[in-house]
Amino acid sequence: MRALLSANVELLITIVKIALLLFIVLTVNAYLTWFERKVVAHIQSRWGPHRVGPHGLLQPLADGVKFLFKEDPTPAGVDKFVYYLAPLLALALALTSIAIIPFGPQPLRLFGHDIYLGIAPPDLNIGILALFAITALGVYGVALAGWSSNSKYPLLGGLRSSAQMVSYELALTMSVVGVLLMAGSFNLRDIINAQARHPQLGIFGWNVWPQILGFFCFFTAAVAETNRVPFDLPEAESELVAGFHTEYASFKFAMFFIAEYTSMITVSCLCTIMFFGGWLSPFPTSWTLTHYLPSMILIPFGLWVIMDGVRYETVFGRLVLPAVGAAIALLGLVFVVLPSVNEFIQGPFWLLSKILTFLFVYVWMRGTLPRFRYDQLMAFGWKLLLPVSIVNVILTSFVILAKMQWGAR
Amino acid sequence: MTAPLIVFFVLAALAVIGAINLIVQKHPIHSALSLIVVMVALAGLYLLMGAEFVAAVQIIVYGGAIMVLFVFVIMLLNAGVEEHTSISKMAGAPGLLLVVALAGFVAATLARSGASVQAATQTGALSSTKGISEMVFKDFVYPFELTSFLILVAILGATVLAQREKS
Repeated sequence: MRALLSANVELLITIVKIALLLFIVLTVNAYLTWFERKVVAHIQSRWGPHRVGPHGLLQPLADGVKFLFKEDPTPAGVDKFVYYLAPLLALALALTSIAIIPFGPQPLRLFGHDIYLGIAPPDLNIGILALFAITALGVYGVALAGWSSNSKYPLLGGLRSSAQMVSYELALTMSVVGVLLMAGSFNLRDIINAQARHPQLGIFGWNVWPQILGFFCFFTAAVAETNRVPFDLPEAESELVAGFHTEYASFKFAMFFIAEYTSMITVSCLCTIMFFGGWLSPFPTSWTLTHYLPSMILIPFGLWVIMDGVRYETVFGRLVLPAVGAAIALLGLVFVVLPSVNEFIQGPFWLLSKILTFLFVYVWMRGTLPRFRYDQLMAFGWKLLLPVSIVNVILTSFVILAKMQWGAR
Repeated sequence: MTAPLIVFFVLAALAVIGAINLIVQKHPIHSALSLIVVMVALAGLYLLMGAEFVAAVQIIVYGGAIMVLFVFVIMLLNAGVEEHTSISKMAGAPGLLLVVALAGFVAATLARSGASVQAATQTGALSSTKGISEMVFKDFVYPFELTSFLILVAILGATVLAQREKS
């Protein structure tokens, strides 16, 4: 038994990592729905969910239970196999894409093994290409769901979405070529490290500045790929009921939902890694005081949650909120007391804060922008995004060539 | 049996079953799905050989772009279950014969070459993106440019054919 364990320890570590990441991603997904409902509600001067648990924090749990126990009818005349396959495919591919993302620079040393944050091996040569491969297959979930439902609204939704995803995939792929040229690698870790070439520049060393065109193309195309507002034509309520998932109920619907939110997280990760320096701090490396920023945010936030909890209306809230607040403040305190831990969480801290910012932008857009008309959507993708991203590639190549030729550095 | 060999046989079985299923299935969408399985299994085989870039491109281009187009067209035309005509039934027997002949030919070639069946590892230029791009843009730059030109002509042709006549 011991021999078997030590022989397969790498495999075991990977399995544990997968389980852990799945748990984290699904939990974050659940709370992303809460976050989205809260933010959109406040944009529209409402309260949002606030009945289930303190500040509606148990709402995702209630929703999850509801999804599990709802009746799950299979409509007559559907193509059974494909109908069941589609949500599985959508969810599996969305979750797989997260596996490519690296979450921190240094490995965690545990029992003599270097454990990197992130499932894929750190020297994965095709990093971003593997992600695009998974995204390319992601269309099938939506398209097949629309087709197999044997109903006209889902079919229209599925058709729209496949056309949209095929069109925007071009711009999506072209827009990152500039970044790849600058890094000289497909590996996501190399791409981040290439942005740390000038450690004194901090935020100004990131790829957003030279690749501002590429960033806007990438983000727009990525939002379109994930079928979110303002590109959510495949599920436009006013025209198509609910689009491709009209005929899905209960947990099969939830699977589409989770897939959509997971791809939102993936896109946020990608934007952060490709253009916003991944786990790099926005401050110059010589500003060592900024290393206490995580604690400076966590401790006041924890104290605020305790204060808020003590004055909460329900007894449950008065018990739970202070406990959560105390845990957060304690975490902040741990980072102050243990410098090695503090050093380790710097990377993940910055990565997560940037990802959260992008998720907020996603929700913000949903609360602000109206939906595109279909022909506008197509014209935008083909006539604006694609040419601009190609121009970006040409410009970047010329600048890199000029630097090589005349040695600007 | 080593782990790579097991993976090889699983992927190979998946590819062969997918290919057979592609022909056996009556509905075009099911056939297209089987073809996607074949493409992805092939990509897995490339990955097993260490050709990461080729594997990724296989999925992006064949599994993604081309097959999405197939599925899209089938959905758009709302193609139904295929019908067997008397000629298509007649084609069955000679087709089977040809399959047997081809399989025999491949098996004979393999047997004559004498090499043991194992997953070869690609360590040369094909394994890295850099090696492939050097090959494409240095050694084979003219064939590559010619192919690009051919594709451009095909795109133009498609555009011209698809354009409605001006009234």
